[in-house]
Amino acid sequence: MAKVSLNVNGKARTLDIDPTTPLLYILRNDLELNGPRFGCGLAQCGACTVIVDGKAVRSCVTPARTVEKKAITTLEGLGTSAKPHPLQQAFIDEQAVQCGFCINGIVMNAKVLLDKNPNPTIDQIKEHMDPILCRCGTHPRMIKAIQRAATTMKPAKAKA
Amino acid sequence: MLKKPKKTNSGISRRELLQTTGALIVGFNILKPVASLAQQQEIPGIAAVPDGMASVPYDNPDYLDPRVLDSWLSVKTDGMITIGTGKVDIGTGIETAMGQIAAEELDVPFERVHVVMGDTVKTVDQGRTAGSQTVARAGPQVRQAAAAARMELLKLASAKLGAPVDKLTVSDGVVSVVGDSSRKVTYGELIGGKQFNVKITATGVQGAMVVAPEVKAKNYKDYKVVGKSIRRVDIPAKLTGEFRFTPDVRVPGMLHGRVVRPRNVISGAPTVDESSVSHIAGLVKVVKEGSFVGVVAQTEWAAIQAAKALKVTWPQPEHKLPFTREDVDTYLTTQKSARDATGVNKGDVDAALTKGVRTFEAAYHWPFQMHGMMGPCCSVADVRADGATVWTGAQGPFTTRDRIASLLKVPKRNVVVNFAESAGSYGRLTADDTAEDAVVLSRAVGKPVRVQWMREDEHVWSPKGPQQLQTAKAAVNADGKIIAWEYIDRGFPWSESQGTPQLAERQIGIKTKLLGNPNGANGGGETYDIENQRVTGRTIPWPQDDPSPIRTCALRSPGEPPRIFASESFMDEIASGMGVDAVEFRLKHLKSKRVAELVEASAKKAGWAPRPSPAQETPGPIAKGRGIAVAQRGGTIIVAISEVEVEKATGKITVKKVTIGHDCGLIVNPDGLRGQLDGNVMQGISRVLMEEVVFDHSGAKSLDWVSHPVIRFKQVPEVDAVLINRPEFPASGAAEPSVVVIPASVANAVHDAIGVRLRHVPLTPQKVLNAMQQKLSAKA
Repeated sequence: MAKVSLNVNGKARTLDIDPTTPLLYILRNDLELNGPRFGCGLAQCGACTVIVDGKAVRSCVTPARTVEKKAITTLEGLGTSAKPHPLQQAFIDEQAVQCGFCINGIVMNAKVLLDKNPNPTIDQIKEHMDPILCRCGTHPRMIKAIQRAATTMKPAKAKA
Repeated sequence: MLKKPKKTNSGISRRELLQTTGALIVGFNILKPVASLAQQQEIPGIAAVPDGMASVPYDNPDYLDPRVLDSWLSVKTDGMITIGTGKVDIGTGIETAMGQIAAEELDVPFERVHVVMGDTVKTVDQGRTAGSQTVARAGPQVRQAAAAARMELLKLASAKLGAPVDKLTVSDGVVSVVGDSSRKVTYGELIGGKQFNVKITATGVQGAMVVAPEVKAKNYKDYKVVGKSIRRVDIPAKLTGEFRFTPDVRVPGMLHGRVVRPRNVISGAPTVDESSVSHIAGLVKVVKEGSFVGVVAQTEWAAIQAAKALKVTWPQPEHKLPFTREDVDTYLTTQKSARDATGVNKGDVDAALTKGVRTFEAAYHWPFQMHGMMGPCCSVADVRADGATVWTGAQGPFTTRDRIASLLKVPKRNVVVNFAESAGSYGRLTADDTAEDAVVLSRAVGKPVRVQWMREDEHVWSPKGPQQLQTAKAAVNADGKIIAWEYIDRGFPWSESQGTPQLAERQIGIKTKLLGNPNGANGGGETYDIENQRVTGRTIPWPQDDPSPIRTCALRSPGEPPRIFASESFMDEIASGMGVDAVEFRLKHLKSKRVAELVEASAKKAGWAPRPSPAQETPGPIAKGRGIAVAQRGGTIIVAISEVEVEKATGKITVKKVTIGHDCGLIVNPDGLRGQLDGNVMQGISRVLMEEVVFDHSGAKSLDWVSHPVIRFKQVPEVDAVLINRPEFPASGAAEPSVVVIPASVANAVHDAIGVRLRHVPLTPQKVLNAMQQKLSAKA
């Protein structure tokens, strides 16, 4: 066991853990953040995605000690159901969820895409999202939701 | 304890209704009396029969009594209404749909209804969530209970307001006197926090239960909530991490467990070297019982490491089934059927087969396939001396309860099962494996244990949709009409889906005597009017008693994607052989005007121009084609028209567009329905083009998302839908039916594009290339 300091959703947390533990289990079990999900543990599906210093990271294969002192954002860090992030709101407006188990990976990877490319084409969306799995087949609505978010997020950026 | 998501701003709090497919289609029957609805046509594959463990719920302390109105719903002092349903939401939106149905009958805003699902103490057993029957069967049960409650509320209001019931009206949960709106009382004031203490009528069990048939429900013409695209209650919390799925259940003192299983058939107890994990900090116990092996640890990561490191030597597997697809087909052909389901049997088929001007014959082959839940199954169990509490994503919480009671040898009522939603399960959680794993581990350590399978556990050990084989023969007369049709489907039963002992039980020595859910015959051509026709679905008994990675269970619309792949490919082969347009040929043979109307509307929407198939060969690297498939399933009619491109050099098939026609009677939630159609299109394409579970003597080969690929974003086609709403007909299912037509529509489009017929699923590029090569050789 060792002390590990993590910066999650803007809060500093120091935990006494096995530092080789993948970040996913720390977020879920120690910090009770349920947004990131266990889908495969093999970095194959994307359900565990978190954003670390602006990059999408598969938390299921990322040892906790390797992300110390970095800014970690989970799904919870975007917004709440009372005050959703425009990207979350776009998915609500498109009803782009079936079971919703993959949705963390979908939203977090879409966030990284839109931060980098605020105006993606459908082909760019498909290309960027291709590594992320959804088994319910909600893809058509997810693409629409990402397009919608690209539109609604622009005015917010213009103001900022 | 498990927290349910709170209602959100958008007014959604739990999901509901639709059942297996989960769409928000709430369909139910309005015109027919409820009794006839519940007794309406059996849905092949999964009939409204109780599972193997169910008991009669009347005067039985193991069940909430369906004849007690309070078993169905309660009213709080603030007017909030809680509806209980034994059904569960597996991602299709039935929480919302059930809420719509209840709100409609009670005349309260949708936002004021909260739905509790799949709790063996708090809800009535309405049968497993399967077969797209939640809206169709449990919907009317909830609707009648809600209508009965409304009637009781009106009686109470009558006494309070001093006006006869027929002079009362209800709006937004407020009862007032017609013509004098100052005389009013709310539901909350009438009964809030108290029980009705009223008996209603109920007969039958689970899906076949008939509730309060004497109570007149609303006429569909007065609907305000049903038929609206109300947003799903569960979606906002799912998007923000506030939702609690099964893996998010945490109970005090909970430990973490993992199971250890080989990649092959388990034919006896292994030897376990416990010293191999003695170095793992936080390990609590290695659990061995029969051939069951698991580990329990203080932390999840320690459990994962221990399960991985534990040295286990398994005995030689005893295989009872051959390995290659060809040999399994031979097995299916040569073994005696345990039960023949007859879809159609009329005329003299054998004689008519000799009388045509043209005859056709073909065989179609479907592989083992998997559900592939995004999240592996997961459960938490807390076993005590006299019983247990279990949190799980089961599609049949009562079945899970009954199996665990049997395992622990305690009365059913001593086991409490709480549903917490899992990843979409598409039938897979009719077999609730982790619940039993967690029970065995919790019993061994005397503490609550959470068990989640790893990805390989899920890919290897989840029960599979079984391999199927179809053979078909037909004869056509000089008028181009099919005069004889013989169709035989051969498949295994869904061996884990009928309340049969599950994996852990079998490993600790509990044997099954049940066949499992037998194969059906729906989809073998009964949609067409053919004078001499015989359609048979054979159930070949599952031979492998030992736990096997290819044990079987219901997979979305069980048995039907293969059967309809075959029958609608065959229909297309005949049309093509006769040089007749595929739509025209089907219209010429359809029995039902309702089906014909959907075919015509779908063809029009897709811009279908009549011509024979295949299309004329075109130069260039890409060949284009279009194909249609038509089917009926449990009262729902479905049409798919797929447009594909085939890359001639590589054999790669790309589905560019799917137009899907859907008629499920009354549409309860059009937007929810459209979402389900998207999902079925995507899964249908994935299953026909890519998916095959591979298993041989050395064990499972489909271990993860790399060794077993599924459809991804780059393969998303354009999806267009034609919805026909028929409120005068009862709502039938919508979660599964549309998946059944996708495979044949794609195969028919491929034939249209390149002039070769592919009869072995999945339609891989290599098979396309081989078929094209054969065609060239035949020409030469």
